[in-house]
Amino acid sequence: MSVIARKKRRSVLLTIAGVRETGISIFILLLVVVVSLRSPYFLTVSNIKDVLMDIAILSIVAIGEAMVIITRGIDLSVASTLALAGMAVGMTISSHPEIPPGGALLMGMGIGAVLGSVNGLLVTKGHIPPIITTLGTMSIYRGLVFAISGGAWVDADEMTKEFIGMTKGEILFIPNLVFMAGIVAIISYYFLNHTSTGRQIYALGSNPTAARVAGIHVHRNLFLAYLISGILCGMGGVLWISRYASAQSDTAVGFELQAIAAAVVGGVSTLGGSGTIPGVLLGSLLLGIVVNALSLVHISPFWKLAVQGLIILAAVVTDALLSRRLQQSRSAEGTS
Amino acid sequence: MTSLTKAPPKRFIMLSLLLRWEWLLVLLIIVACFVNASLSRYFLDVDNLFDMTFNFMEKSLVALPMTFIIISGNIDLSVASNLAMSAVIMATAFQSGLNIWLAVLLGLCIGTIGGLINGLLVSRLRLPALAVTLGTYALYRGVAFVLLGDLVVKGFPDSFIYIGQGNVLNTPVPVPLLLFSVMAVVFGLVLHRTAFGRLIYAIGNNEEACRYSGVAVNRIKVIIFALSGFMSALAGVIMTARFGSVRPNIAAGLELDVITAVVLGGVDIFGGQGSILGVVLALFLMGITRFGMSLKNVPGQVQSTLIGFLLILAILLPQLLRRFALRSRG
Amino acid sequence: MDGEIRSEPILKLVGIRKAFDGTQALAGVDFELCPGEIHALVGENGAGKSTLIKVITGVHRPDAGEILFRGEPVVITNPLDAQRLGIAAIYQEPTLFPDLDIAENIFMGHYPLRRFTRRVAWRQLYDQAARTLRVLGMDLDPRTRVRGLTVAQLQMVEIAKALSFNARILIMDEPTSTLTLSEVAELFSTARQLRDAGTAIIFISHRLEEVFGLADRVTVLRDGHYVGTCNVSEVTPDELIRMMVGRTLNDLFPKSDVKQGSVVLRVEGLTKEGVFRDISFELHQGEILGLAGLAGARRTDVAQAIFGVAPADRGKIWVDGQQVAIRHPKEALALGIAYVPENRQQHGLILPMNITHNVTLPILQQFARMGGWLDSRAEAQTAQEITTRLDVRAAGLWQLASALSGGNQQKVVLAKWLTTRPRILILDEPTRGIDVGTKAAVHELMSTLASQGMAILMISSELPEILGMSDRILVMNEGRLVNQFTRAEATQEKIMLAATGSSSA
Repeated sequence: MSVIARKKRRSVLLTIAGVRETGISIFILLLVVVVSLRSPYFLTVSNIKDVLMDIAILSIVAIGEAMVIITRGIDLSVASTLALAGMAVGMTISSHPEIPPGGALLMGMGIGAVLGSVNGLLVTKGHIPPIITTLGTMSIYRGLVFAISGGAWVDADEMTKEFIGMTKGEILFIPNLVFMAGIVAIISYYFLNHTSTGRQIYALGSNPTAARVAGIHVHRNLFLAYLISGILCGMGGVLWISRYASAQSDTAVGFELQAIAAAVVGGVSTLGGSGTIPGVLLGSLLLGIVVNALSLVHISPFWKLAVQGLIILAAVVTDALLSRRLQQSRSAEGTS
Repeated sequence: MTSLTKAPPKRFIMLSLLLRWEWLLVLLIIVACFVNASLSRYFLDVDNLFDMTFNFMEKSLVALPMTFIIISGNIDLSVASNLAMSAVIMATAFQSGLNIWLAVLLGLCIGTIGGLINGLLVSRLRLPALAVTLGTYALYRGVAFVLLGDLVVKGFPDSFIYIGQGNVLNTPVPVPLLLFSVMAVVFGLVLHRTAFGRLIYAIGNNEEACRYSGVAVNRIKVIIFALSGFMSALAGVIMTARFGSVRPNIAAGLELDVITAVVLGGVDIFGGQGSILGVVLALFLMGITRFGMSLKNVPGQVQSTLIGFLLILAILLPQLLRRFALRSRG
Repeated sequence: MDGEIRSEPILKLVGIRKAFDGTQALAGVDFELCPGEIHALVGENGAGKSTLIKVITGVHRPDAGEILFRGEPVVITNPLDAQRLGIAAIYQEPTLFPDLDIAENIFMGHYPLRRFTRRVAWRQLYDQAARTLRVLGMDLDPRTRVRGLTVAQLQMVEIAKALSFNARILIMDEPTSTLTLSEVAELFSTARQLRDAGTAIIFISHRLEEVFGLADRVTVLRDGHYVGTCNVSEVTPDELIRMMVGRTLNDLFPKSDVKQGSVVLRVEGLTKEGVFRDISFELHQGEILGLAGLAGARRTDVAQAIFGVAPADRGKIWVDGQQVAIRHPKEALALGIAYVPENRQQHGLILPMNITHNVTLPILQQFARMGGWLDSRAEAQTAQEITTRLDVRAAGLWQLASALSGGNQQKVVLAKWLTTRPRILILDEPTRGIDVGTKAAVHELMSTLASQGMAILMISSELPEILGMSDRILVMNEGRLVNQFTRAEATQEKIMLAATGSSSA
């Protein structure tokens, strides 16, 4: 009987740990129910759009961050990359208003690609630990924002209507911004889950030694992860200045920790090798809903950070406890 | 039977002394001083030099326990948030009528508890320190915002302001500098001369072997995280006194400067290596560099750029040199 | 099955020699492997089996000798070369990607892709994986995540991986040491199936019953030398054991008779679920108690339970007649127990630290003066005394442990534990992988310590060492104590038979 019971418990645990997304989804659902009971406005179309708009840029950046964390790295420079790309693009379009929004977006992604490559090169060729590399480039890129702008802002009146409209419009009732985040998510999902390069990124994060033995190009894939993170930050930067209609030298300060939090809450392990795009999206959504809910149920917005911190801790602790239970039940079964 | 010598041969000592990372930092400090002196003739003024230290004593205080934590193979991202939380609690307690010195004591306790929570989560639950302190980074800063919102606490008594702004008696030595100097000596002695310090290195090099040797690994981890919390709170007290006010966003981003200083000071980010002297030198190098730039009115964020370059070059250059040396040797 | 030579050998090794820092691991070994045979490789620990395997898989380059693949001389410089020749190895601890599923692990590095989109052809991947698993008789969904599979399942995944790139030679290095009986049976039927399909299999095992149950031919190595190859159907277990043991016992092991004192350590009914069960024994003052068994008999787990590294679930321990509960090594230490671990580099030493700091680690508090201040002179003095006594060879106490030879590293570990002045010393494979000179020194030391009244529990997989050093010998097999012998009644054959589970004496 005990064997059967143990097997059963194991399979339950497996499902919970295997489909991490279910856990967050249930939590989000509960949250939605509770909040919508307190505030009827919560589940209106316009509020849902607001929430999604708010988390769109976060999820784009968090997706890149997640790829880096999956390789056992970390990218602390995402917010600075975002700000630098945003500022460079903002200054360019203010002096060249003829550049179409699409061109601006591409330009931002190009700048992000360069900045991401620098991280990638330092990590792979320079053998500098990712946390140090990106800690350094975080300061460097942030300083460059200030250096190129001289501390000045790029304001709404220096941007074309089309540029600002890029993030305001809707396609089929879906806000453009959400639409773009969706495209990024789909492409990333496809890349990570359906290309052999994507699978190799998981493999090298899961077991770097085995990856080398299996003939995987560890350096090339690592570089790629930082490159992608850079490109997505560059894109996020252009969207950011369009949405908020201003580029400042302190744009998105502290955003890197939001991005890491979204990834970690979404089930990306800081030990590498695991995490999914749907998870990251749910992580971003959870953080976004909490912020939105706080304001709707008239709790001071100053609670935002504290609640986010508790969510991160809760996610990390449950993960650890679950995986420990799982391992125990398995090892007991494996050798008995 | 041969008996082993206790000390390495003299030549070996000389060589390893010469090759120490600290010399590079000393050299860089000298270069920075020359550059600064040529930029401004006020730089080498004694009062000026002492005043300069006001700007980086808080992060220096936090860097000391951070050195312990990184050598032990962990990291603490929550220091600045913990600083803010304890400073805000101290300030609100004072505002609601508590004696300022009791409020300070309360702040120090809160900071220590904050560190203790990190330590317990990391050691008892064996969670990665990066993830835990990322969570408390948000949580502690959040508590500061919850308590104070967008308000400011001001009106501290002069006796309190003195510990952040004043000089020791009639000397030009600032109180925070004196406090830091004492702390740096204490931390240096603990790390390099006591059993506790030895065990920190041992844990950073091989935690498993330490457990096998009967070392109370968990207790040591809890202690160093609690110490980190205490020192963050202490830095919060100094910073509050220096500014004469507290806002919940106090010391935002300080943790990254602290980690930069520790790594620049030659501490291995993977644990097991490093010295307090190196970290102190790195703190002064960063402080002098920043001060020189502010003499020339270089904005703070651009100053950070240079620090970032310094950090990357400091790790990249020795590697490149080693590779170059290997290649030229054939 | 009946042992005649089937066809041209697929792999032939001639006169392979390999030395590590002066010790000759392989001294001219010949080996021949034919397609469609299971060829067992046997020998005591240190006979050179693993080195030979590492030469074949390209981990080590031989100093001399020739490797012929299908009659052509080849040079194998790295594991990828070996893979290209179709050589795959399965180790005790498989190297897989725990976060990916079984099918992905099987095909990592050579996923089937769709022609135009370059998308991973998942259906093909899972179909092929499922087919391979079915061929191997493995009842598992290829979509199962690898993390948390049992060792037996992991090995099957490794075998499936080998099949996926059409391995012609499959090396199984002690694959059964951590498997249950039914898992072993499953593995064997898979191996036979592969053999019948033409794969050449090299099988390494300590368990003779397995060799006789599975292999077609067997090659015996001893001390790096080639002893011989025979058809399994033509030898008896006794003959094979004699070939493996070969040498007569000499007086390399100087254990002197000591009058034994009172019981210092008593263990009763020690049990750890799924690891070991119902372990009871007594250890006397001045006694060396040998704990024999095969790799995977769980002897180390028992030692670690007593020392508090991984406490047992049930059972009682008495030290000096007092019942004790040991939950952490520091408690064991306080009771006068010391444990020299099997894994010297990971658990015994802190490699980047110097000799003094390693030696004094467990007793650091003794040198702490007021305020925790370390009396480094007294510390160095202690380190100096003990390392002199154990004759540690190094340039100085300031030398890093990582710079020492294996023998001297082991002496430093011993020195470290002796400074705690233990009354009970547990030695886990005290002479594994160290040179003959140091080995003799360690044995002499053990003898001296015992004569001074120390109680020693020695785990060893080397039979001559067990026989030469022990006053009494316990034999473990699959987590249980199966037999015990006095020094007078023990022979290599008796211990071997008990440890392999071939007899239930």
